[in-house]
Amino acid sequence: MTLVLVLTTMAIFATMALALVRALKGPTVYDRINAVNVFGTKTVLIIALITYITGHADLIDVALVYALINFIAIVAVLKLAKTRDLASSSDGVVDDV
Amino acid sequence: MFDMLIDILSWACLLLGGLVGIIGGLGLVRLPDFFSRLHAAGVAETLCPLLVVLGLVLQSGISLLTLKLVLILLFLLFTAPTATHAVARAALVDGVEPEVTEDDSESTSGEPSSNT
Amino acid sequence: MRYIIALTLILATLWLAVSGVYKPLILLLGAGSVALVVWIALRMEVVGEEHNPILYSWRLPLYWAWLVWQIVRANLNVARLILSPRGIRPRVITVPTPHRSTVARVTYANSATLTPGTVSLLLTKKELTVHALDTRSAEELEEGALARRIAWLEGSDTEQP
Repeated sequence: MTLVLVLTTMAIFATMALALVRALKGPTVYDRINAVNVFGTKTVLIIALITYITGHADLIDVALVYALINFIAIVAVLKLAKTRDLASSSDGVVDDV
Repeated sequence: MFDMLIDILSWACLLLGGLVGIIGGLGLVRLPDFFSRLHAAGVAETLCPLLVVLGLVLQSGISLLTLKLVLILLFLLFTAPTATHAVARAALVDGVEPEVTEDDSESTSGEPSSNT
Repeated sequence: MRYIIALTLILATLWLAVSGVYKPLILLLGAGSVALVVWIALRMEVVGEEHNPILYSWRLPLYWAWLVWQIVRANLNVARLILSPRGIRPRVITVPTPHRSTVARVTYANSATLTPGTVSLLLTKKELTVHALDTRSAEELEEGALARRIAWLEGSDTEQP
């Protein structure tokens, strides 16, 4: 049981390493943001797996909060990369919906 | 017997989830241009969490932990397309051009081509 | 007012389900956070704005089940392409969005993004522009199974696809 969980964790660590390679290589800033997004998703899964490996049920709350924060972080970084200003109200994209 | 079956199913889901994650990561490194890499990230962000969470849910049965896991899964699946679309849109506005092959778009698919 | 009460009830249920600790102080903190979130939502003027009958239809769970199946299929296709990248033929295609409501169109664009192989780039009132990884994913979207499903979800299509 624990072996399977540890193996899955290892596989997800490998995915994170690959995402990190892409984040370091670039070439565009959007490649990096995308890679960091994948990295964050995998972190959530790792925390969920660690909950089961250690048996501390409280850790799952950390995963839940991390899933929420990851999304906000990506949108914030995207906005920072585009406008160089977190507080600007218009993000320079014409919304036609 | 039945418990054994559930366990095996859960292990299969977990290991398959890990494998799908690695394939997604491989695509993230290996595919040629930015917009194709978005698709690889899509693999790592949809099927991988789906399988891993399914495997973990099968382990714990009906409990508070399951509810939280399902909430995590729902949240990941709701935000993943939004984030992907936001990144794609931002890159497009910033002038990153999608690489497009026009030549044999209506002929048969699956043939190896030299333009990738 | 109806939406405010509904929002409060949903948030309170969620809090009670996730918390699992029922002591007076913790409950008080929970009530406080629910009130704070409702107040912020009111200030942002989003309460009731996105109300749509789609959100409460019995068809939604069926649609989700179908979508998960589509996600699995699309994932297998993209995984195959990653392992042999010679089959990749990136294309940018535009498909019509014949749906009435904004929620249906957004669901359409989000579902297309959620199935790997297609990423939505631009959504307007009439059209959706999509980047497709290969000919197969592009043709599958152009063929319109997803659009028909969403029309069915919206209820503007009487027969089931």
